[in-house]
Amino acid sequence: MKAYSLTQAYLYLLQRDLTLCFRNRAEFANPLLFFILVITLFPLAIGAEPVLLSRIAPGIIWVAALLAAMLSLDSIFRSDFDDGSLEQLLLSAHPMPVLVLAKVTAHWLVTGLPLLFLSPLLALMLGMPSEALGTLLLTILIGTPILSLIGSIGVALTVGLAKGGIILSLLILPLYVPVLIFASSAIEGAAGGLDVSAQLYMLLSFFFLALSLSPLATASALKMSMS
Amino acid sequence: MSKAALLKIDNLTCIRDDRVLFEHLSLSLYSGQMLIVEGQNGSGKTSLLRILTGLKMADEGHIFWHQNAIAEHNSDYHERVTYVGHHDGVKRDLTCLENLRLVQAMGNPSTVDPDNALEQVNLYRYGNTLVSNLSAGQRRRLALARLIVTEADLWILDEPYTSLDKVSMALFQSIFEAHLKRGGIIVMTSHHDIEMPTVNLIRLDLSA
Repeated sequence: MKAYSLTQAYLYLLQRDLTLCFRNRAEFANPLLFFILVITLFPLAIGAEPVLLSRIAPGIIWVAALLAAMLSLDSIFRSDFDDGSLEQLLLSAHPMPVLVLAKVTAHWLVTGLPLLFLSPLLALMLGMPSEALGTLLLTILIGTPILSLIGSIGVALTVGLAKGGIILSLLILPLYVPVLIFASSAIEGAAGGLDVSAQLYMLLSFFFLALSLSPLATASALKMSMS
Repeated sequence: MSKAALLKIDNLTCIRDDRVLFEHLSLSLYSGQMLIVEGQNGSGKTSLLRILTGLKMADEGHIFWHQNAIAEHNSDYHERVTYVGHHDGVKRDLTCLENLRLVQAMGNPSTVDPDNALEQVNLYRYGNTLVSNLSAGQRRRLALARLIVTEADLWILDEPYTSLDKVSMALFQSIFEAHLKRGGIIVMTSHHDIEMPTVNLIRLDLSA
């Protein structure tokens, strides 16, 4: 039988991860629920101050997105590590960075993409001006894949540790900060009617940097964690 | 078959937590040979197997496959090796068939299709059953079906007989014999007494 091509292997692993997520819906709904809950709690805690809320809305949404991503990161490799699938993937005839990319893509489709649909609703609820909504969607679209990509490096480094949770947060959070800064500043700028292409280009360059380098780093880190 | 060693272990040393598990281990395996690694718990059987797969780095020494060091020819080597480790490496939330199809997509698929492979390991009726509903022995058989759906020369097996019943043990013994007859190599650890009179068998005792 002919060996599977690299693209087929990528798609197969992606499909497998999406199937697994679908069969564990509850576990993967958790970060999304967290995202919604954190954002809805802010108006309750701050009170009926529409001006203040609409001013801090970009920050709230992005901080919530960041924390929701951190909450879900461990699931990228944890179960594969525990049941031995990860060592089988490392022994695969296909290059590991491509397989890593498939797993990260699946993670983004499950945890990042839904934010694209949830965030406009929550933004409106916080009273964000409608002219900033387009920019909000763009930052979520470009920014959340960066979170998954960078996060995968951290998970790969800590997956072999029994209690990697705290180290993972400390390791990853500083790397998330630039995304947070540029994304929320873009939305704020757009709300004020400014040109925000600079911030968006910065985010795009982060995205391509993460896309090209993080699968390599993650693959090497996984090899280290397994040995 | 050429007489050159297919798998050559050269001066291998493994140290764990300042404890030497084994040192200066050298060994050559030829086509049709089976190596059984024996030893007490903690004597480094699994470590040796993981070093042979390339998952773990040896502290000293090299492993050669067809005269090529496996550290440098990683993906070529992995195409020719199938490893069934201590963990089954099957996903509990996938069905048996889905698991085997994934194995084929990730590795070097053989001509045997997954349905057929399940039949060979007596799991035919379980094709669409989730692995989480299988017993430990059935799960082990599914993990070992990996050997049938991929095409590899070298099988590395860590305690393949764990939780298998007598019938299944005999079944896999015959599968192993067939693989060796085809010119393959098997390296395995086992706590069970293995009697395979027709097989060119080498024993390595790590506690000695």
